[in-house]
Amino acid sequence: MLTQFNRRLLIAAAIGGAIAAGAPALAQDKSIVVASTTSTQDSGLFEYLLPLVKAKTGITVKVISQGTGQALDTGRRGDADVVFVHAKSAEEKFLAEGQGVKRYPVMYNDFVLIGPKSDPAGIKGMKDVGKALTAIMDKKADFISRGDKSGTHVAELALWKASGIDIEAAKGPWYKSIGQGMGAALNTAGAGNAYVLSDRGTWIHYKNKDQLAVLVEGDKRMFNQYGVMLVNPEKHPTVKKDLGQAFIDYLISPEGQKAIANYKINGEQLFYPNAEDRGA
Amino acid sequence: MTGETSALQLVLTGDPGLYAIVGLSLLVSLSAVLCAALIGVPFGALLALTRFPGRAGVIVVLNALMGLPPVVAGLAIYLLLSRSGPLGSLGLLFTPQAMIIAQTLLVTPIIAALTRQTVEDLWAEYRDELAALDVGPIGRVATLVWDARFSLVTALLAGFGRAAAEVGAIIIVGGNIDGFTRTMTTAIALETSKGDLPLAIGLGLVLIAIIILINALAWGARRAGERYAG
Repeated sequence: MLTQFNRRLLIAAAIGGAIAAGAPALAQDKSIVVASTTSTQDSGLFEYLLPLVKAKTGITVKVISQGTGQALDTGRRGDADVVFVHAKSAEEKFLAEGQGVKRYPVMYNDFVLIGPKSDPAGIKGMKDVGKALTAIMDKKADFISRGDKSGTHVAELALWKASGIDIEAAKGPWYKSIGQGMGAALNTAGAGNAYVLSDRGTWIHYKNKDQLAVLVEGDKRMFNQYGVMLVNPEKHPTVKKDLGQAFIDYLISPEGQKAIANYKINGEQLFYPNAEDRGA
Repeated sequence: MTGETSALQLVLTGDPGLYAIVGLSLLVSLSAVLCAALIGVPFGALLALTRFPGRAGVIVVLNALMGLPPVVAGLAIYLLLSRSGPLGSLGLLFTPQAMIIAQTLLVTPIIAALTRQTVEDLWAEYRDELAALDVGPIGRVATLVWDARFSLVTALLAGFGRAAAEVGAIIIVGGNIDGFTRTMTTAIALETSKGDLPLAIGLGLVLIAIIILINALAWGARRAGERYAG
């Protein structure tokens, strides 16, 4: 019967179509996978920068946006060609394990302590982040921690420590570890009138500020350095080392550095290039 | 997509980014339903018509797997497809294919379990007739699946609903890469994390509208098919 034959043809065509539709993705064009942080994504930097990378080098960069800890783990599994993160201590450990080839400093901005405009802990305008954190703890004012081993989480833990506070011992119901990205942490802080540490880039780009404001900024300890590394091709043979290195070379080139400096929202610069500062 | 625009504007102006995201969402979820149907329908029908020791256990596990958490399915497929995993050499992680595989894993139990129930109910009606005609096991499966085809549309739609709505699995295995593995649900998660809640809810409404449209099309096709067959 003709209908029976047609039906089979139809099913075969449907399966063929589904496979064919997926096929372009299989064609290995000039693309690399970069594991990066939620802050570079949520701040809008990549949306701005990647078309410039593509125009200059022809490389399509596929960004997986994770916390720094998870991004480095993605590199450790060999699932990314390049990692672009912001926690120097964790990056140096990654290098020491032989997972990365070389670390290049790219840019910096700073962390800011965000809180409700009503400011129940009374920290607004403090220049010493340690005093501000101590005040939050003493008042048991709600504080949102990323709790996800991200660069910002690592920085937050370091700031508690630098303030002479053992947060593991001192934390109570006021200290809420949410295990999510920067944007989600800001949403949570906004909904619950809580304090939260954020990188400045994500904060500027964040659209749901409502009752939240920057309360403490400018302490030297709130410096936030970003670094980029090629995943070691000797450990992970599938790493596209030439394309990955070309992406890194662009980021640290005068042209790439200028592009990063030019990324502004409402006239406000989000990241400050510093590839020439080898110690950063 | 920039946050300054609303979802409505994106739809009305035919924003290519939005259409690409909608297209990928549909491609991934419909492909997953197709793969799951090819596995789940024969498996469910076979399970309905055969009797073997431990069958009750298989049915209970199959029914339980309808509630498989997407994030667990995603993690399992992630570990399988990771370069350090057993299928790492295929290089499928962070591709649409990986997302189809993960959603197939989620949808297959739903289609198989619902098919089993439907075919088993029908079998009770047809048993004597098919036995009298001396139809073999493969013939029985084919006959019953064919006769249940309109009811099975509902099973496929349940599977599609699951696939189109989930974010937990595809965000892990797809990576939510802009222009490559970003779907409606992962875009909504991203816009929420950027604090652009109006755009996120707007995209959510677009997604719901598309799911309603697909269901309406399926319903119309079923009606037309029933009329034609009847």
